[in-house]
Amino acid sequence: MSIQSRTAAVGAAEQARPARRRRQLSEGARAERRLGWLLCAPAVIVMIAVTAYPIAYAIYLSLERYNLELPNAVKFVGLSNYAAVLTSVYWWHALIVTLIITVVSVAIELVLGMLLALLMHRTIFGRNTVRTSALIPYGIVTVAAAYSWQFAWTPSTGYLSAAFGNATPLSHTGQAVGVIILAEVWKTTPFMALLLLAGLSLVPEDLQRAAKVDGATAWQRFTRITLPLMKPAILVALLFRTLDAFRIFDNIYILTKGGNGTGSVSILGYDNLFSALNLGIGSAISILIFICVAIIAVLFIMGFGAAAPGTDTGRR
Amino acid sequence: MGRNDNRKKIGWGAANTIAVALTLIPVLWIVSLSFKTPTAIVDANPWPKQWTWSNYSGILQTSQFLRPLLNSMGIGVIATLIAVLLASMAAYAVARLEFPGKQVLIGMALLIAMFPAISLVTPMFSIERALGLFNTWPGLIIPYVAFGLPLGIYILSAFFREIPWELEKAAKMDGATPFQAFTRVIAPLAAPGMVTTAILVFLFCWNEFLFAISFTSTIGARTAPAALAFFSGSSQFTSPTGPIAAAAVVITIPIIIFVLFFQRRIVAGLTSGAVKG
Repeated sequence: MSIQSRTAAVGAAEQARPARRRRQLSEGARAERRLGWLLCAPAVIVMIAVTAYPIAYAIYLSLERYNLELPNAVKFVGLSNYAAVLTSVYWWHALIVTLIITVVSVAIELVLGMLLALLMHRTIFGRNTVRTSALIPYGIVTVAAAYSWQFAWTPSTGYLSAAFGNATPLSHTGQAVGVIILAEVWKTTPFMALLLLAGLSLVPEDLQRAAKVDGATAWQRFTRITLPLMKPAILVALLFRTLDAFRIFDNIYILTKGGNGTGSVSILGYDNLFSALNLGIGSAISILIFICVAIIAVLFIMGFGAAAPGTDTGRR
Repeated sequence: MGRNDNRKKIGWGAANTIAVALTLIPVLWIVSLSFKTPTAIVDANPWPKQWTWSNYSGILQTSQFLRPLLNSMGIGVIATLIAVLLASMAAYAVARLEFPGKQVLIGMALLIAMFPAISLVTPMFSIERALGLFNTWPGLIIPYVAFGLPLGIYILSAFFREIPWELEKAAKMDGATPFQAFTRVIAPLAAPGMVTTAILVFLFCWNEFLFAISFTSTIGARTAPAALAFFSGSSQFTSPTGPIAAAAVVITIPIIIFVLFFQRRIVAGLTSGAVKG
C-alpha cells in the first residue's frame, strides 16, 4: 500500500505538467486519454478481480466463524479469529521458522549471488558456460528440484545421506530447515546473481582503473567503488528475494510437508484450509501474512530512499 | 608476469568448474534416479549400474501423468497468450499515452508482484467454488494471468519506450488512428519484447505449485507439478521414487532446453523487469 502512495506522490509531481495542459484538452488529447484507459482496463480488471477483491473478501471472511464442515454455523465473530491465531503457538512457530529461512537464505544468496555475478562479470574464459549453467536452477521446476533434494537426503537412497553416514536430516527440525534453506539457495541464487550482474555492469570500468592506479587493493575497490554504486541494484534484488523467500511453500511442501515443526506461514495457511477446512481462521492467517509482507516491503522502501522502484518509471 | 597470468587462469577455471558443477549435480542426480531399477534406487549409488527405461514407460502410460502434462501445456499457453495481450495493451498506454491514473496502474502492478499468493488461497478457494471455477482450467488461468501481468507490464513498457516515436507519428500523419498505429506499426516492432514476456510468463505458469494444488482436486485440471506431489507410482506396490524422478525429468528437461535456447531474452527480461522496473 505504501508503495502505491509513494509512487502516487511521485506521480503527483509528474502530473503537474499534464495538469496544466488538461484545462485546454484538445479533441486529440481527450481521445488519447480515453484510449489509455481503454487499453489498461482489461489488465486492471483482471488484477483487481484476482487480488483486491479476494483480499477484501478475506477480510470479511476473517471476521466470521466459518468451518466448511459446519456450513450452518456461520456467524459473525469480530476479531476473535485473529485473537485465536495470534495466541496460537503454531502461528508464532511458523512465523519464526519463516523468518529464519528468509533471513538465512537471502543472506547466503546475497553472498553467493555476488560471487557468482563477479565470476560471470570478470572470468577470463568460459563466461558463457557459467552464465548458461546458472540458468538451469532458475529454469527447473521447483517441485522437481525439491524432489531431487529430498531423495538425495533419503537414507539408503540418496548420495548425500550416504556421504554423511546415512544421515536423516529431514526428520530433525533444525537439520530439515537447513535442507530447506539449501534447496531454496540452490534454486534462487542464479536469479540473485543475474540481478546483481546487471547492477555490476553499470559500474564504470574507468573508475576501477583509476582506483587501481591510485594503489587501491581489489578488496578496497570492491567495498569503496563497486558496492556503493551497486546499492540500488542490491536493494532491489534483496527486496524481491526477501518477499519471495517469505512466501516459501513449494520446497517445504515437498521436502517435509511442514512436519517436525518446519512449516512456514504459507504451509500453515494451506493446512488450515485443507486439513481443518476453516475458512475464518484461514482468512485471518491470510490477512496476517499480507500485513507481514506489507511491513517488509515498507521497511525496504524506507531503505531505498531515492532508489525506489517505480520512481523513475513514470519519467521514461 | 606469464606465471601470474597462468595462476589467474587456473583460479578462474577452478571457480567456473565449481559453479557449473554445483548447478548441475542436483539435476544429474534426479536424471540418474530416473534410470534406476527399483532395487538400484535403494543402493544410494550416485549413478545407475544398470540403466532402465521402465520408469519412463510406466509414467508415460498412466493418465495420472499424461493428463496433468496436457493441463500444464494448455493452461500455460492460454494464460501466457492472454497475459501478453493484456500486458501489451496496458504497457503501450503506460509508455506512449498521457492519461490520469497511470501511476496508480504502475503502483498496482508493483503491489501484485509482491503479493503473497497464500493470502489469496483461502478467499479464492471459496470464490472459485461458488462460481464453479474450482478444478477447471479457467480456475487456474485467471490467477496465472493476474500474476503474469505485472511482469509483462514492466518488461513491455520498457521495450515500448525504446521504439522510435517518429514511426507512430508518421503513421498517424498518414491517417492512421491511434489504434491502427498500435496494431500496424508498434506491435510488430514490439514483438521481441512480447516473446520475452511470453517466455517468462509461461515459465511462471509451468512452475506454479500453490494455486495448482489448492484450486484443483482431480487430474481434470491438475497441472504436472501438482500431480507429481500426488504421485503414487505406476502400480500401488512399487515405491514412487523412480516414477517421480522420471516425471520430474520429463517436466524439467524441455524447460531447461527452452531456457538455454532463449537465455539472452530471459536474462534481458528478468533484469529489465526487476532492476530498471
